[in-house]
Amino acid sequence: MKLAYWPGCVSRGFTPELHGSMNLVAPKLDLELVELDRANCCGAGVIAEHNQELVDTLNARTFAMAQKVEGAVGMMNICSTCQGAQSEAQERLDADGDYRDVVNSNLAAEQLAYQKHAETDWWNKNFLWLLVEEIGLDKLRSKVVRPLEGLRIAPFYGCYIVRPTKRLGYADHPERDQYLEYVIDALGAEPVEYAGARKCCGFPIITMNRATSLRQAGRHLADAIDAGADCLVTPCPLCHLNLDLQQPAAAKFVERDLDVPVLHLPQMVGLALGLEPKALGMNKHVVKTKDVQRKVAQLAAA
Amino acid sequence: MPEYKLKLRRYDPESGQPAYWSEYDVDLDAERSVLQGILTARDDQDGSIGIRCSCRAAICGSCAVRINGKTALACNTAIGEAAEKAGDGNPIVVEPMNNMPVIKDLIVDMDAVHWKKVQRVVPWLLPDGDPPEREYVVPAESMIDITQSMACIQCGACVGACLSMEANPDFIGPAALAKAYRFVGDPRDGQERERLKDLAEDPDGLYTCTHCFACVEVCPKDVAPMNQIMRLRRRATGDFGIKDRNNGYGHEKAFVNLIEKYGTLHEAQLLPRSFGDGSLLKGQTEPGAVKELIENLPTAIRGLKSGKVSPVKALWHHKLPGQENVKRIFDEVHAKEDRLELNLYIVGEGNDEEIGAMAEIAKEDV
Ligand code: SF4
Ligand code: SF4
Ligand code: FES
Repeated sequence: MKLAYWPGCVSRGFTPELHGSMNLVAPKLDLELVELDRANCCGAGVIAEHNQELVDTLNARTFAMAQKVEGAVGMMNICSTCQGAQSEAQERLDADGDYRDVVNSNLAAEQLAYQKHAETDWWNKNFLWLLVEEIGLDKLRSKVVRPLEGLRIAPFYGCYIVRPTKRLGYADHPERDQYLEYVIDALGAEPVEYAGARKCCGFPIITMNRATSLRQAGRHLADAIDAGADCLVTPCPLCHLNLDLQQPAAAKFVERDLDVPVLHLPQMVGLALGLEPKALGMNKHVVKTKDVQRKVAQLAAA
Repeated sequence: MPEYKLKLRRYDPESGQPAYWSEYDVDLDAERSVLQGILTARDDQDGSIGIRCSCRAAICGSCAVRINGKTALACNTAIGEAAEKAGDGNPIVVEPMNNMPVIKDLIVDMDAVHWKKVQRVVPWLLPDGDPPEREYVVPAESMIDITQSMACIQCGACVGACLSMEANPDFIGPAALAKAYRFVGDPRDGQERERLKDLAEDPDGLYTCTHCFACVEVCPKDVAPMNQIMRLRRRATGDFGIKDRNNGYGHEKAFVNLIEKYGTLHEAQLLPRSFGDGSLLKGQTEPGAVKELIENLPTAIRGLKSGKVSPVKALWHHKLPGQENVKRIFDEVHAKEDRLELNLYIVGEGNDEEIGAMAEIAKEDV
């Protein structure tokens, strides 16, 4: 499957292991990724706050570049926040032809224009959605060479990929807020039920209200630990920043030890597809992934 | 008539007993409401069930509860759909809203939380100067922008669902901030700057919203409180340049400036730039910036130690190939006289070409 691929900013900045692991996993799933290396930041909700026409133009630019990729069935992102911010822009662009014209006129100098399409013809999907809807769980299962048996994994979605349901296509795909559990299960691991799976990691206000931000991250991590999770998995690198990079600080705000590793979605998939933890960048986490790695090594031996 | 199973969370703080669950079977048509189910159970089986309601038509805002974990008006939720969501054989679970203390069973104390917070934002008009002899005359278009926030029925569903408030009960929260925008956006109000400054400077105010969309998801009237919060921020930073002590101004400026310059986000610079006015060097000399930066140093060091970020990367960020195009878009859009906003609540959905509803009303004067 050929795809226009928007990796996002954070996956190439503070969480390079995400971009790296995606690149290793793609060929194993027969995905041909054409990276949009000239596309720009989705705005992450912040530019939307600043100026709506600006953020819609920036995202229309990315879509227009993706639509130009010959033979691509759609565009893939690997960040819940990109998905949410881009879906928001797309909702407005698709709703009103005059507005679309104004936005496209801002792109004319680059000979770019965003075309409205039915979802059946062109889409922008997070890797998680793509796994379930385009690749399919059966095919995914058939590719597993190292079932992650015995691993208890707590899903963490990221707000931007679960709400608002109306904008994010839940009418047509009502189970999108269950996909992480489905994928965890398909890879042979056990999904952990806990309170925080669809709550907010707190990241967007880390520089504005640190206590509120890290109390959120800390609570969800603690809930996952108490529910017996070996690790968490997230399709959102911004969540990863608050859950992993900030975890030692978050521990102080919830006044308890945390120490639970957080995997990126492609890392988890990669482990089950037989890739090595080190190659997947699992040594580049702040919270050490040793225990998960040990369990995976035992699986390999078994 | 199908039979539905309701599972209600019961609690009477005055009893000294812990909360418990009660289950009831009720016969109702699928399109009747969950509220009707609860009232039927109360009338026929257990007169002690506590539930607040009045209009039964999604107008009075009394009956917000959590149904299968999601906050909603009980009178506005069809019992058949709720049963479907609960899944085969499972009861429909009804609980009181979060973030507010329970008075009894499904009734929460709206006064203690929701109404206190609404009062906090001075929810009445504060015009400048003497009132006109007769009524205030304003052009109708100038009020359209605030119709969305005026649609609020004060049900508190957004307050119950707010994830930031769950971690920080002091947060002003979605309903009150949406109400604040109702007055900030009102052409008759004379205290726009003061209102905005007050909310921006509050440590648990304008900048404690995380964009979690929970309020947008649950609001029965499509008020989209988070969008009103974004409008407040846009006015505070963009129109009034209010530099707040919570770094809200700095964060937005830093982010926008970085994308304008590089096209993609350079996180290593976002922190130091955020704690000030958005520039890299000056940012660090703004009041409060030094303390914040020091608090954040461990984060940066963790990033370096884990091997995520090389020292070179921390200081140097690739410009996008063709970055001049991104810069041009910033220049062009910023140079426009009107800030264009397409509010789907106002222009409606699915109109597309036929109506071309991008109305003048969506334009804000810059
Ligand atoms: S978007 Fe903001 S106000 Fe709305 S529920 Fe989330 S944190 Fe609360
Ligand atoms: S904004 Fe919506 S959810 Fe919140 S109180 Fe008003 S009507 Fe209820
Ligand atoms: S009873 Fe009035 S809103 Fe439900």
